[in-house]
Parts: sequence; C-alpha cells; structure tokens
Amino acid sequence: MASNQQHGSGGSSRGGASDRHPPEWADGLKQLYDSVVEEDLPDAFRDLLDRLDSGDAASASDNDNETKQKGPNQKGSEQNDRGRPSSDGRGRGT
Amino acid sequence: MSEEAPPGDTRTASEKSDFKRELTDVVPHLRAFARGLCGRPDVADDLVQETMLKAWAAQARFEPGTSMRAWTFVILRNAYLTDMRRNRFRGEYDEGVAERILTAPAGQEEPIHLSDLHRALLTLPAERREALLLVGAGGFSYEEAAQICGCAVGTIKSRVGRARAALTEMLAQGNIPRRATDDDIAHSAILEELDMVAAGNGVSSRG
Repeated sequence: MASNQQHGSGGSSRGGASDRHPPEWADGLKQLYDSVVEEDLPDAFRDLLDRLDSGDAASASDNDNETKQKGPNQKGSEQNDRGRPSSDGRGRGT
Repeated sequence: MSEEAPPGDTRTASEKSDFKRELTDVVPHLRAFARGLCGRPDVADDLVQETMLKAWAAQARFEPGTSMRAWTFVILRNAYLTDMRRNRFRGEYDEGVAERILTAPAGQEEPIHLSDLHRALLTLPAERREALLLVGAGGFSYEEAAQICGCAVGTIKSRVGRARAALTEMLAQGNIPRRATDDDIAHSAILEELDMVAAGNGVSSRG
C-alpha cells in the first residue's frame, strides 16, 4: 500500500521514540493494525467505489443500507428493495 | 447523507481518478482504524463504507498532495462519534484474534494475547483509544494525530500517555475485564466520554 509514504516528515516527535521505553505490548498494537491492513480486501469495497465512480450513487447507497441491516437506519431507504444493484458481473455472488 | 457528485467540481479528470485510486489504497487502513475503534469486524466495515461514501461526496474538498489517510481518518472518526451517539457500537471485540498469541515476555508465565490487548484497548475512553491507535498503531506523529482529532498536540501526548499507562497496568496485572463484563465497562466509559465530547462541541479538553 502506498499510503504510508507521507508519514516520514515529523521525525522528532514520532510516538514512542522519546518515551522511557516502549511497553512490551507496543508491538502488539501494530500487529493488530497491520493484520487488518494485510487482510484481503472484500470485493464490497471496490464495488462500492466503482459504483460511486460510475455515478450510480443511488445503488451505492442502497448497498450501504443493505450492509447495515443491524443498525437503526435512517428513514430515507424506502426504495431499498428495488433489486440488486446491477454491478459488473463479478458482483456479490447471490 | 447526500452522495451526489459535488456541484462546481472543477477538478481535472486525472485529479478525479487520482482521488479514486488514493481512496482505494487507503481502505485497508480505514478498516484497521475502524476495527481498533469499534472492535467488531462487521460493524467496523460498515463504518468504513459510510466513510467512503462521505469521502466520495466531499472529494472536491480534498487537497491533492496531502495525506489521504489523514483526511479520511478525520471523516471516519467523526462518523464513529456520530454513530456512537446513536448507540450503534457496544465495544465488542474482534473474536478473530482471540487465539493469536502476541508475545511471551521473558520471565512471565502467561503470554500476552492479542485478544487481551484488544479487549483492554476497548475499555479505554474513546479519545484515549483513538489517540493511541493513531500514534501507536497507525504510526502518525503526535502533530498529525492532533490534526486528525482537532485538538492540541499536548492533549494528544497526554491521551497517549494515559492510554499506555492504563494498558500497561491492565496487562501487567492481568486485570482485563472478561468478555461478559467487558462490553458494559467499555460502553459506559465510552458514553461518559461522549457526553463530554457532545458538551464540548466535539472537542473535549480533557487529556
């Protein structure tokens, strides 16, 4: 991932550098974080961006509502069952 | 939420495609930050999708050349705080890491488990937890973390220091709330924190 590149500038106050000594679990925090970063990205995320990019904002937010069944949704999702967003075929198997 | 293309967007096509690429690249980091904040992977991923929609809608405000990760983290944390007020999160932790052993320090019988660390993390007040995540896990400088949280650098340093001290103590003493009580403890800590955040218009002055 290219997104870490910008973070080399702040040198002196990098977290942990000036502390007495990093706690023994400090590396575990990074492990927790990195283990998620390194997971395979579910298709849903790229599909969402592709739909947004193609201007299909309605189906993108439909899908957003779909994936949030567990939360109390805002009112505005009346049209949520107009069928699956017809994404480009590699969609969400069934 | 309005997901429509922003009006008056004067960016070039290449700037727009750069935005999409950078946003795509940063999604794994959003997932990691969200997982640390709210514990459960499915809830965290919902939060990431919400963040992506908001980032997309606001893309004309992104300054090319600045850090996409920092920009989207601001959106994510604001969405998180908003959702917290609606009570969507309950400080549940990621069972997927429950069996992973973090480290077995010399001279200690009990190894520290990643799941212990994660549970301990989730008992911290939200502001300290996010400060520690940004600096200790995400690798942001104190200055960058302060910008993301909209507070002073000294406040971030203080929050990180307190978070570290609390985690060290919990882990050293094995005093980590067990699963059954964890949710309650984490949740009440978070709600207290939120009351203060709400009272202070989103920026608490407590360190």
